[in-house]
Amino acid sequence: MPPGAHVDMSDATAGGGWIGATPLRVEDEALLRGRGRFIDDLSPVPGAMHLALVRSPFAHARIRGIDTAAALASPGTVAVLTGVDLAAVGRPLGSVIRGTTEHHVVAVDVTRYAGEPVAVVVARDRYLAEDAAELVDVDYEPLEAITDPLAAAEAGHVTSDRSFRYGDPEAALAAAHTTVRGRFPFGRWIAAPVECFGVIADWDHAADSLTVWANFQGPFTLHTVAAGALGLPAARLRLITPPDSGGSFGVKAGVFGYVVLAGLVSKVCGVPVRWIEDRLEHLAAAGSATHRVTGVEAGFAADGELLALRYDVVEDVGAYLRAPEPATLYRMHGSLTGAYAVRHVAVRNRVVHTNRCPTGLNRGFGGPQLYLALERIMARGAARLGLDPAEVARRNLVAPEAFPYRTATGGLYDSGDYAACLDDVLAAADYAGHRRRQAEQRGAGAAAPARRRLGIGLACVVEPSISNMGYISLAETAEERSRGRPKSGNAEGATLAMNPLGGVTVRLSTVPQGQGHRTVAAQVAADVLGLRPADVEVQSEMDTHVNAWTVSSGNYSSRFAGIGAAAVAEAAERLAGKLRRIAGDVLECAPADLELRDGQARVVGQPDRGVSLRRLAGAAHWNPESLPAGLEPGLAVTAFVSAPNLDPPNEADEVASSAAHGFVVDVAVVEVEVASGEVRILDYVTVHDAGTLLHPRLVDGQILGSFAHGLGPALLEQTVHDEEGNLLTGSFMDYLCATSTEVPGLRILHRCTPSPFTPLGAKGLGEGNTMSAPAALANAVCDALGIDDLDLPLTAPRIWEALAAGAGEVAG
Amino acid sequence: MKPPPFRYLCPDSLEEALAVLATHGDEAKVLAGGCSLVPMLNMRLARPEVLVDVNRIAGLADVHAANGAVSTGALLRQSAFERSPHLRGTLPLAAACTPYIGHFVTRNRGTVGGSLAHADARGELPLVLLTLGGSVLAQSQRGRRSIAAEDLFLYHFTSALEPDELLSEVRWPAAAPGWGYGFAEMAQRHGDYALAMAACALRRRDGAVAEVRLGLGAVADRPLLAGEAAGALVGQDLDGPAGDAAVTEAGRLAAAAAEPFEDLHASVAYRRHLVSLLSEQAIRQAWLDAHARAGEGGP
Repeated sequence: MPPGAHVDMSDATAGGGWIGATPLRVEDEALLRGRGRFIDDLSPVPGAMHLALVRSPFAHARIRGIDTAAALASPGTVAVLTGVDLAAVGRPLGSVIRGTTEHHVVAVDVTRYAGEPVAVVVARDRYLAEDAAELVDVDYEPLEAITDPLAAAEAGHVTSDRSFRYGDPEAALAAAHTTVRGRFPFGRWIAAPVECFGVIADWDHAADSLTVWANFQGPFTLHTVAAGALGLPAARLRLITPPDSGGSFGVKAGVFGYVVLAGLVSKVCGVPVRWIEDRLEHLAAAGSATHRVTGVEAGFAADGELLALRYDVVEDVGAYLRAPEPATLYRMHGSLTGAYAVRHVAVRNRVVHTNRCPTGLNRGFGGPQLYLALERIMARGAARLGLDPAEVARRNLVAPEAFPYRTATGGLYDSGDYAACLDDVLAAADYAGHRRRQAEQRGAGAAAPARRRLGIGLACVVEPSISNMGYISLAETAEERSRGRPKSGNAEGATLAMNPLGGVTVRLSTVPQGQGHRTVAAQVAADVLGLRPADVEVQSEMDTHVNAWTVSSGNYSSRFAGIGAAAVAEAAERLAGKLRRIAGDVLECAPADLELRDGQARVVGQPDRGVSLRRLAGAAHWNPESLPAGLEPGLAVTAFVSAPNLDPPNEADEVASSAAHGFVVDVAVVEVEVASGEVRILDYVTVHDAGTLLHPRLVDGQILGSFAHGLGPALLEQTVHDEEGNLLTGSFMDYLCATSTEVPGLRILHRCTPSPFTPLGAKGLGEGNTMSAPAALANAVCDALGIDDLDLPLTAPRIWEALAAGAGEVAG
Repeated sequence: MKPPPFRYLCPDSLEEALAVLATHGDEAKVLAGGCSLVPMLNMRLARPEVLVDVNRIAGLADVHAANGAVSTGALLRQSAFERSPHLRGTLPLAAACTPYIGHFVTRNRGTVGGSLAHADARGELPLVLLTLGGSVLAQSQRGRRSIAAEDLFLYHFTSALEPDELLSEVRWPAAAPGWGYGFAEMAQRHGDYALAMAACALRRRDGAVAEVRLGLGAVADRPLLAGEAAGALVGQDLDGPAGDAAVTEAGRLAAAAAEPFEDLHASVAYRRHLVSLLSEQAIRQAWLDAHARAGEGGP
C-alpha cells in the first residue's frame, strides 16, 4: 500500500484482517458529544472537600513559620495543613538514588523551587479554598538559588556522577582524521496536555486503607512509591483512573506525588478530598523535561566514517530527584550511538540539582536531547570534512544484514533497513534538488546575498520502545547494583472474557491517554476470535484492585503496540484455544482442525460444518457439565507477556535499554528571513519504520502529534526561570506552545520491517519525531545561516541577534 | 485560578449602568467581553468589589455611518466588527488589523469598546483608532464627552476614562479619497500579543505623499504616533529611488521614536529593528493602497 493510502475497512466482514485496518476510533463518539468522563467529571464519593495549595514564591527559602489562623477563620475552611502536619503521618517520597534530598509532598522547613507546595487548605469549594490560601501567612527567609545546570555542577550539587567506557574511545579519537566538538544545551520544555492533574482521595479509617481516583498514567512502579510514602501496604492503596484522559504525553506520571498529598490530607481530616490542578499550578510545578547540556566529541575518518563518540552530559533534574528520574538520562543508554555502527564510546553522566521544579516524563524522554547533540555533531563533522551530511549518514548507518544488532553500549536493535529509509526520504524531499538550489543561491552568479536563505536539515533517529525496567539502575555502579536485587524486563497483562451470549470484554492495563488503545485492542481480539471489533468491548480504566497489571504497566515508552496489544492477543489466543476444544467436542473433530471465523468455530475447509461462538459460550456458562473432560470451566482469561532480551545491566554497564527499535529519518527544508530572523518551514518529510502498523491512521496521528511536540522546543517553547529561580513562563502568554497555525503539514512515508521480538511485529512510534524534529530543524537553520552555535528554541529574535552579531555572514 | 469574591451587577439599560457606576465607580469594573478582565480576575490580579456586566444593555452594539465616520457601539463584538459591511470599504485599516486580534473564537467574545477601554499598549484597535485620529464617547451621569484617541491612552492598561464613565461609542474616521492604509505586525505565534506593530494612513496627491500618519504599537506603554517619521515622507514620491531612501529614513525615525522594553521574548534592539521593518512595510502598503483606491475611483 502506498504511504498515506489508508483503506477504511470499517465495513469489512468478520474473518480477520483487522490488524492493519483503520476502523473508526471507538473513543471518539463520547469525546465529540462532550460525554467524556474525565477526572473532574467524577464524583465517586459524596461530600469531598476541595484543596487549594499554598505554593512557595521563592526558589529557595527557609520556612521560619506558618501562621494559619486567618486562613482557618476564612468562610468554609475546614483545615489548613503544613508540611510538618503531613510529615507526621507520611514519609518522604522514595528515590531511585539513595541519599538524595528528602522530598516531602509538602515542603518541611525549606522550600527548594518556586511553586513547591508549602501548605494545604481544605475548604467547602475551590473558591473558598483559594480565598483562605491567600490568608496563609508564611514567613520565608530567602536563600541563594541556583538555576543553571553547569553552575550547579560547578557548585557540587551533583547527585550522581558516572562514567562509562565502551571499546577504546581514547585510541579511536586519537587516531581520527578529524575530530569535532560541540556543546548542545536542550532547555526544559513541557508536555502541555489539555487536562491538568486531578486527584480524589478517600481514606477509610475503619480499614486503614486509601482509595484514590486520579488521572495518573502509570508506570505502576510509582504505585509502590506512593504506597511507601503513605505508609500503606500496597494492597491498601487502591488506585482507579477515569475512563477518559485529556492527554498526558508523559507528564501525568507526576500525579503520584499528589496522590500521596491528597491521601494524607484525607487521612488527617477524616473527609474525602479532591484537588484539580489549574493551569498556573501546572506550568509552575507539574514538571518538565530535564534541562540537559551535552558536550560531545566525535572522531571521523577522512571518508566520513564515525570512529568514536565522547559525551559529557550534565542533566538538571530540579530540586528533588523525583522517581523515575534520573530515567531521562538512561532511557537512551543502549542507543547512545543512534543509527550509526560506531563501536567506541565514552560517556560521563552527571545528575545535578537546581532550584527548579523536579523534572519527569515528557514525550521523547531523553531522545530529543541525545539526538540534538548527535545529529548536530554529525552535520558538523560532514561540514568539516567537506562531505554531504546525507552521505556521511549513509556511510555510518547500521547495515540491514547486521540485525539483530548489538550496539556498543549494549542495546539490541531488532530489525530495520535504515539505508532504504534514507533513500526514501532523500527522494521524497528532493534533497538533491534543494542542495542544487542552495548552491545557486550561494554561488558567485547570485546577484546579491539572499534575503531568504535556504537550509536543509537531516536527522536519523532510532526510536526505542518498551523500556527495560533495569536501565535506571545504571545510575548506580555495577558494584552498588550487585548489593540490591536486579531489575529487568517489561511485562504487561490483559484480561479477556466471553459472556454467556458470546460477547467479549477486554480489560487493559495500559492506561491510555488518548492514543486509542480501546480501538486497537478490539481489532486485535477480533482477529484472533473471528469476530468484528464491534463485538468486543474494551475497558481501559485502571483499578489496581481489579486489573491484571505488573509493576511495569502504564502508559510510557511507547509500549502499547509492542507489548500491550500483545497481551490482548495472547489472552485472546488462550480463549480461542479453549473455544476450539469445546467446539471440537461438539463437532467431533480435533481442535486443531478448527478455525474461528465469522463468529463461528468451523472445520477448516468445510465452511458448513461449524458451531457458533454464542452456542459455545452458552454451553460453557449454562452447562459446564457438558465441557470436555479436564477443561477448566469459565471463559475469562488473563494473560501476561514479557518483552524478550531485556536483561539487567551487566558488569560492563551494557544494557539493552529497550526491546524494540523503530527508525525515523527526517528532512527539513527551511527558509530563514534574514531581515527578521523568521524561520519558515518549506517542506518536512519523515520516513518511519515501526514494524507492523496495527492501525495506520492512528499511526499517522501519533506521528503528527509527535512532530508538533518536537517542533515546539525547536522553534518556540522553553520553560525559563530567571537567575533567582522565578518562573518567567508561568502562563500560556509566555510559554509559547506550538499550536496548529505554527505546525506545518508533514509528509509521512512508511516502510515496514516487522520486529522479531514483539508478538505482533509492532514497534512503538509515538515519540520518534519528538526526538528527530529538534535535530532536523536545528540542522536546517544552521545550514541556512552557516552558523555553528544556535541554542533552541530558534525564535526569530534569537536568530536575528545571532545574525546581527555577525555570525553566518561568510556562508551567506 | 478562581476569582476573589465580588458583587455582580447586571444593569438592563444605559441609565441604570451609569447610575451603578456613579455609586460604585471607584470599586467597580465594567465587564464586556471579559477576554482580559476574566483571566485577571481568575489570577487575582484584578480585585474589583463590583462587576458591572453591560452585556444586556440594548443598543450598545449598533453600527452606523454618517458624516465621514463610522460609529460603533462599545459592545460590538470584534467578530461582528470584522464581518460588518462597513469595514472593508470604509474602514480598511481596521479591516487589516482585525485578523491579528487574538483568535477567531476570542473575537466572538471580545468587544471593540472593551479593547479600547482596556488600553492595552499591545492592542491592535487602540493603535488603529489612534492612527486614524478617531475618538470615543464617554458617558456618565455628569454628562457625555468625546475623548480623542490621542488623549485616551495614558499608559499601559490606563485610559483617560473617569471611574464613573462608560465608554459607549467609538467614532472611526472613514476612508477618504486619496487615502491609503497599511498595517504590519510581528508576533511569534498567530494571535499572540505583537512584538511590534505599525499602522499607516497616507494621502497621495500628484504622485507624492501629501499627508501621513504613522502609528506604532506594542513598543511603548501606549500606542504612539511617530510624527517625525511621518514628516520625512511628506512631499516624497515613494516609487522613486529617493522614495526608498525616504521610507528607510522614516523607518529609522520610527525606531528612534519607539520606547520598547526588553522581556523574555525579545530585546530592545530587536524590537526597535522590528519597528523600522514594520513601519516600512506599513508605509509601502499604504502608498500602494492609496494608488489602488484612486484607481477604483475613490473609496
